[in-house]
Amino acid sequence: MAGKVKWVTDIEKSVLINNFEKRGWVQVTENEDWNFYWMSVQTIRNVFSVETGYRLSDDQIVNHFPNHYELTRKDLMVKNIKRYRKELEKEGSPLAEKDENGKYLYLDFVPVTYMLPADYNLFVEEFRKSPSSTWIMKPCGKAQGKGIFLINKLSQIKKWSRDSKTSSFVSQSTKEAYVISLYINNPLLIGGRKFDLRLYVLVSTYRPLRCYMYKLGFCRFCTVKYTPSTSELDNMFVHLTNVAIQKHGEDYNHIHGGKWTVSNLRLYLESTRGREVTSKLFDEIHWIIVQSLKAVAPVMNNDKHCFECYGYDIIIDDKLKPWLIEVNASPSLTSSTANDRILKYNLINDTLNIAVPNGEIPDCKWNKSPPKEVLGNYEILYDEELAQGDGADRELRSRSGQSLGPKAGRSRDSGRTVLTTWK
Amino acid sequence: MLQEESDISLIIAQIVQKLKGSNLYAQLERQAWASLQRPEIKLESLKEDIKEFFKISGLFPLPSHPAAPPEHLKEPLVYMRKAQGSWEKRILKSLNSMCTELSIPLARKRPVGEQKELLNKWNEMGTDEPDLSLFRPVYAPKDFLEVLINLRNPNYENGDSLSFRTHLGLIQVPLKVKDIPELKECFVELGLNTGQLGIDDSTQVPPELFENEHVRIGQKVLAEQDSAAAQQYIRQGSPTALRAELWALILNISSQPEDILYYEQLKTNVIQHDLLVDSLIYKDVKLTASNDDYYFVFEDYLYQVLLCFSRDTSVLNHFAYNSASPPKSYIRGKLGLEEYAVFYPPNGKILSINFFLSVAPLCFLYHEPSKLYQIFREMYVRFFFRLHSISSHPSGIVSLCLLFETLLQTYLPQLFYHLREIGAQPLRISFKWMVRAFSGYLATDQLLLLWDRILGYNSLEILAVLAAAVFAFRAVNLMEVTSLAAAEAVLADLSTLKVMPLLQIFLFATVT
Repeated sequence: MAGKVKWVTDIEKSVLINNFEKRGWVQVTENEDWNFYWMSVQTIRNVFSVETGYRLSDDQIVNHFPNHYELTRKDLMVKNIKRYRKELEKEGSPLAEKDENGKYLYLDFVPVTYMLPADYNLFVEEFRKSPSSTWIMKPCGKAQGKGIFLINKLSQIKKWSRDSKTSSFVSQSTKEAYVISLYINNPLLIGGRKFDLRLYVLVSTYRPLRCYMYKLGFCRFCTVKYTPSTSELDNMFVHLTNVAIQKHGEDYNHIHGGKWTVSNLRLYLESTRGREVTSKLFDEIHWIIVQSLKAVAPVMNNDKHCFECYGYDIIIDDKLKPWLIEVNASPSLTSSTANDRILKYNLINDTLNIAVPNGEIPDCKWNKSPPKEVLGNYEILYDEELAQGDGADRELRSRSGQSLGPKAGRSRDSGRTVLTTWK
Repeated sequence: MLQEESDISLIIAQIVQKLKGSNLYAQLERQAWASLQRPEIKLESLKEDIKEFFKISGLFPLPSHPAAPPEHLKEPLVYMRKAQGSWEKRILKSLNSMCTELSIPLARKRPVGEQKELLNKWNEMGTDEPDLSLFRPVYAPKDFLEVLINLRNPNYENGDSLSFRTHLGLIQVPLKVKDIPELKECFVELGLNTGQLGIDDSTQVPPELFENEHVRIGQKVLAEQDSAAAQQYIRQGSPTALRAELWALILNISSQPEDILYYEQLKTNVIQHDLLVDSLIYKDVKLTASNDDYYFVFEDYLYQVLLCFSRDTSVLNHFAYNSASPPKSYIRGKLGLEEYAVFYPPNGKILSINFFLSVAPLCFLYHEPSKLYQIFREMYVRFFFRLHSISSHPSGIVSLCLLFETLLQTYLPQLFYHLREIGAQPLRISFKWMVRAFSGYLATDQLLLLWDRILGYNSLEILAVLAAAVFAFRAVNLMEVTSLAAAEAVLADLSTLKVMPLLQIFLFATVT
């Protein structure tokens, strides 16, 4: 025995299993005494459900928060962010400042979104304001690009209209709910292709908020040249960057998988657009990730047995503004290329180093503050405890000037203490 | 310009001043006075008439020396010229035989329908899937290396006895190459006491020490549009954000309307005519670029640039100082008649395999096709052409190979000897790096730092130095291998290397 961590998983992926084995951990089954359980999202529902759930003991850790869906379901994420913005506005916080058009200056990072069928009428009102716009329909509970389609005419979503007499849309359960968002039809293109960013963010606790960002994110490119032309709205290879979709395109390449590292992206942007706008872009990306976490922090069940590694999907438009598209609770651990496998292996490795200190049997009463050396390729994105140590006025000064102080340019720094200047 | 003119008049005035006291001046004056009596000298055009008189009288023969024949400007050594000539014949033969085999004309005019199609697809040629299985590359770097290995100077006799001076490498021509002390002098700005981008901008070094000031100076250089200063500045590396402009400044590229028009004209040529070499380019890019981790995104730009490049006759100008000559072809049926001779391809350059690697890194800097094209073309006619022709120039591929081998043999003799013994001549591994200027082997940001120095020092010698430095870096592992394949494996992945520290250590921190 001698204190070897006992692990269980219901996700049979080599990047996980290899990491457990390399630490000398012992595999057990779910019914035995386990210390570490890497679960799928279905399992976490059961563990924490009122009927079938069970209490976790102090030496047990799981890789999801009980109600992670507050962040990872498309409709709830938007709800929480909208609520957060309204709260800040009520408080009179400078963060909730709006411009002359009524758009939030600092908190407008999610495209206009409505739930269907609940907000159908609100949506129609918005749609009629700009009838030539394109909207994207996404099922709330699905992943990997399943069930997504684009529309540019109201008739295409007649089914979701509550007033429709011919409505064949029967099911009212939340599983069939859709969100409809304004489609970003001016994405930043590189080599004429659309891409999105996948960034990994590890949250060890929500209150106080402590999160880490993985330095080695990547861009996923579409194989086909982008065109906003309406004739290609049905061509998912043009519009959806999910690898699960692109994999089936004719031109999909299995060696590099249509991916670039974030550092490549940075090099390209700095070379073609300049240093300042690139740094500003990346600062904004960090900002929106932290804000999204803060938005759900109050409603998140901050169970001390939990940590979570999210996959953030971000799209950059041609004005170099980043948009948060969605957050994934179970980012894919499948590897599409050799490089991918190495990246995901290292990701899990660094995650485990932070979540399970020293690879020993965990005690979830610990303060969740790992030493700097174990961070690996993670860097501290935001640490609320540290931030609270600084004065509140620093934030006001830095935010209203839209700059992050003199250290803002040193974004390549390890330690990332610069990010705590805003709260 | 004004400054130059006044400088020249100053110099002329100084010379005149000096001449005034000389015998020559007295003679001139006497003759001039005497000539006033002659009928051809008229008062109205006194100055011109006297000048004319002096010229035709033969009193003062114009200083002259026999002008260097144009071949000498291309390449002074005869045996090199001959070797280049026969290499060219081989390439052309290979091209012609492929052409005959496949019954495809070297060039043909495209039917209108095809032209329209190509125009529509201009920005996404990467999605095409023509059948290219029968096309073979005209030549590969390996073939070229064999030719270089077999180069011999007929006037040079090595003698049979091996001595410590015998060159053990593959290149056996006696060209002068620099040794480390000379390289240190040449690349003095890479020294340990000078700040460098690629070393002194790493995350552990506070930017106040070097980086901020360097960026500030760079911006000043750009503001002044001083090309010479830019060239000096870039020896310490270029900040990412300034690189595109700095390179354009050093290469004297400014996007004028005529340049854009010229590019459009080339594009039209591509649309109207199909060349056999187009398919070779297409196949090369398709197979290799689309699989590259960094460059796959720019696949379509590569087609555009390379196809236009083949049509660009202004490239022919560089053959004046290139030892190579453009292959000539004749209009069908008019073989041998000079009036019907054309250069094929129009720019005179048959490309080697993976040639696109010289273009691809530039896509990180320029996203406008015509500017990208101009920068590439200038880089080619200034530097990269030397990697593809046989010449005695210090930046020519022959000298680079010899420099590499000499550095290795002189400063890492144990390693060199070991590799030679196991049948892994180092040049066989490093040749492909040098002939591609390391593109496709280094990470893009490192490659750009290296090319900064090529521009700054106006020489390709740094490629040979880097190749030797890489071997030095991996020497421990290389000493343990026992076959060429194993040596190749040790040196297969250069993507994690940091170029500037390697160069610095090799040149300035190794005991010589």
